[in-house]
Amino acid sequence: MNRLVTLLISALFLLIGCKSNTNEDVKAVALDGSKDNTELIEEQDEVKFPIYDFESFKPLLNKEDDKTYIVNFWATWCKPCIEEMPYFEKTYAEQKQNGVELVLVSLDMPAMWKTRLEPFVEKRGLQGKVVILDDPKMNDWIPKVDENWGGGIPATLIYNKEKRAFFERGFTYEELNEELKKFL
Amino acid sequence: MKMLKIFPALLLIFVLGAFSTIENAIYDGYDIGDTATDFSLKNIDGQMVSLSNYENVKGFLVIFTCNTCPYAVAYEDRIVALDKKYKSKGVPVIAIMPNNPDTKPGDNFENMKKRAKEKGFTFPYLLDEGQEIYPQYGATRTPHVYLLEKTDAGNIVRYIGAIDDNYKNASAVEEKYVENAVDSMLAGEEIEVQTTKAIGCSIKV
Repeated sequence: MNRLVTLLISALFLLIGCKSNTNEDVKAVALDGSKDNTELIEEQDEVKFPIYDFESFKPLLNKEDDKTYIVNFWATWCKPCIEEMPYFEKTYAEQKQNGVELVLVSLDMPAMWKTRLEPFVEKRGLQGKVVILDDPKMNDWIPKVDENWGGGIPATLIYNKEKRAFFERGFTYEELNEELKKFL
Repeated sequence: MKMLKIFPALLLIFVLGAFSTIENAIYDGYDIGDTATDFSLKNIDGQMVSLSNYENVKGFLVIFTCNTCPYAVAYEDRIVALDKKYKSKGVPVIAIMPNNPDTKPGDNFENMKKRAKEKGFTFPYLLDEGQEIYPQYGATRTPHVYLLEKTDAGNIVRYIGAIDDNYKNASAVEEKYVENAVDSMLAGEEIEVQTTKAIGCSIKV
């Protein structure tokens, strides 16, 4: 029974998602069923990706091994993020053997983790490490990623133990490789 | 002869200069203390709305928001609550939808009307037609709030940023940035937190 409800709600999410409607509408529809939407989401199977608050996420921005990390902040609702994603994946595939790691930090909201994020990652077959950053205290943590970050996404941090560079903008494949080259 | 040689160089400098001015105009946006531009934008009821239409107000909460951004949606009820609380105190909400409706049909004029009706917006919900206003303010995302104080010298920017410190859960909010800013402004006190950062949906061009 529970399974059926989950399935039905996922289907609704999908249908409505396509029409680019809003979260609130979805909630209204889901509520129509019987109980609170958020509760239902918590009852679902565990999300496939690690979920961090900023404190637990911070070590991922400060690794001191010999690798170079590309940390990309994105969300499924962010169109320019989705557009640049293939360039990051391609670069990662090409540069992996040179010690490059790709971390894809999803800023999707909890209601989207199962319904949008997981299907997206699966469909695209993303090879980068997908993690979820779920910390509403944005004004506290945004400047800790980079003091000049205004909060816009896509945003990307490239770092290794020697240096780091932060970009509040989208990348083309060429631009990304241009910046990455400075680290290798 | 010499003049002829210099001329293209001068022209180039002039053209480059013109471009860089345009770019500045697009990307700089307001800082605290700047004078905000007025506008004349179409409301969902078909009427044009300008800040200068308002008499007997102390300021404005100009909020760039839209129908389709999950963050903006998460804040809709709180924007309605802000208007309810502060309109009577002389600081009404003016909502502006900055996205290009051609890129984001969910934000077109018809859908703005629909959304406003569904959510019971008590404030103007204006379309930034031609997307000329949001770049002047420097709005980069939705929702993005500008608190303006009406003075003899114009509408002065007093606060820029997020509504509060918890988009997910209104009841878990610890700091109500906008309310604190408006309260301080109305009390004639200095606003403690004048700018805040938040992840939002980038404005669609």
